[in-house]
Amino acid sequence: MDKAIKKVLFEPLVDNNPITLQILGICSALAVTTKLSTALTMSIALTLVVAASNFVISLMRKHVPTNIRIIVMMTVIASLVIVVDEFLKAYFFTISKDLSVFVGLIITNCIVLGRAEAFAMKNGPWDSFMDGIGNGLGYSLILMSVGVIRELFGSGTLFGVEIFTKVTAGGWYVPNGMLLLPPSAFFLIGFIIWGLRTWKTAQMEKRDYQIHQVHRTEVV
Amino acid sequence: MPKSDTNNPSWLQKVLSLPNDSIQKTLIVAVGICLVCSVVVAGTTVVLKPIQSANKALDFKRNVVEVAGLLPEGGNVDEAFKQVEIRVVDLDTGEYTDAVDPATFSQTEAAKNPATSEVVPADEDIAKIKRRSKYALVYLVKEDGKLKTLILPVHGYGLWSTLYGLLALDSDFDTVKNLKFYQHAETPGLGGEVENPKWRALWVGKKVYDDKGEVKLSVIKGSVTPDTPDAQYKVDGLSGSTLTSRGVSNLVHYWLGENGFGPFLERLRSQRG
Repeated sequence: MDKAIKKVLFEPLVDNNPITLQILGICSALAVTTKLSTALTMSIALTLVVAASNFVISLMRKHVPTNIRIIVMMTVIASLVIVVDEFLKAYFFTISKDLSVFVGLIITNCIVLGRAEAFAMKNGPWDSFMDGIGNGLGYSLILMSVGVIRELFGSGTLFGVEIFTKVTAGGWYVPNGMLLLPPSAFFLIGFIIWGLRTWKTAQMEKRDYQIHQVHRTEVV
Repeated sequence: MPKSDTNNPSWLQKVLSLPNDSIQKTLIVAVGICLVCSVVVAGTTVVLKPIQSANKALDFKRNVVEVAGLLPEGGNVDEAFKQVEIRVVDLDTGEYTDAVDPATFSQTEAAKNPATSEVVPADEDIAKIKRRSKYALVYLVKEDGKLKTLILPVHGYGLWSTLYGLLALDSDFDTVKNLKFYQHAETPGLGGEVENPKWRALWVGKKVYDDKGEVKLSVIKGSVTPDTPDAQYKVDGLSGSTLTSRGVSNLVHYWLGENGFGPFLERLRSQRG
């Protein structure tokens, strides 16, 4: 694989992660991470949609009138999402029942539109496709990490397989109910961002403002 | 993509060479995108429709046979469903009826249609269903010609969503055999615990009616211990989901009461007794 493609594909995993650095697609990360099975399906669905939409939009990038480009992108994205949703309903019925409206909400997931506008409109189809896959993987990575913590400590299971036996089932583990509620994903994503920015200091944003230092001499 | 819209290259080339922001190109691109996308979406829906409806039907059958206790581990749903007899009940009179075809009847659809449903007066509407279908399907499991299990579809509002469930009664029409909610959108881990097998197991063997024939079965706050008075009428509440528990309690009261399946169960009891 040549270097440019590699960069496009792997950069979004840590260095330019759509959730932690671009802060896109947070909403769905809160909603579908209570269970790993839904988080995984959502990740795969989103990756496919971003890759496909990037590819299609990149193909027609030279002929999209600027003033209706967002509408054109949304139409393409929405159609792809409906197709994915219909496929899930036909072949993964139980999972699609769990995901309910969230597959439909991929349409409004900022990652898809964000990548279409920021990358696919300016790059060739193959690069755009890889960029979609890369960003999808970056999103999946965060979703799965959050999902593991929430499902393991919230329900004591991973992919529905019991890891900690809950007190209600005669075991020792008292599940943390807060992890099953959406705010917990906020905290977890916050911690992940904090950790990541401490590790990769380049990701830290410049301060927008500086608190004015008051010296003793000035006051007097 | 507008490029593939036509086989006429000269026409296509003309369009493509238009300046991107001209009104003609904007219109052509917009219409082209819409046409292509609608064909793709419509095509997928049409092609996948049969598989989806089959999934839905199979899923419902699976729920019925599961609640009836007919499905062995890894068993065939369709095979097990052959033991189930479907009948239509007129909820007002409690009689069986042939007014609608059980194969095509949908209680949810019927409840939306003013011709086949009634508005539930607010003071009676404890399950918050707003409209109730005149007819309902019931599922009978018979053994040697005698009714063994009766499965009633129930629904009502919890915290976020309407819970749809199936309630299985024993042949005395008083003892709960099973209760399963197959569709709801309650909070996973809290209200969503209505699916928890441990909690569902608590319902088994509970009695519905008191001596006067009133529905007494309720979900209480906290847990039921052997010393709780009337323990046979009480089920543990789900911790952290008071409103879902209350919703479940209300919907059981509604559907087993006089506005729900009450008349029907009354008739079955008198016939038996």
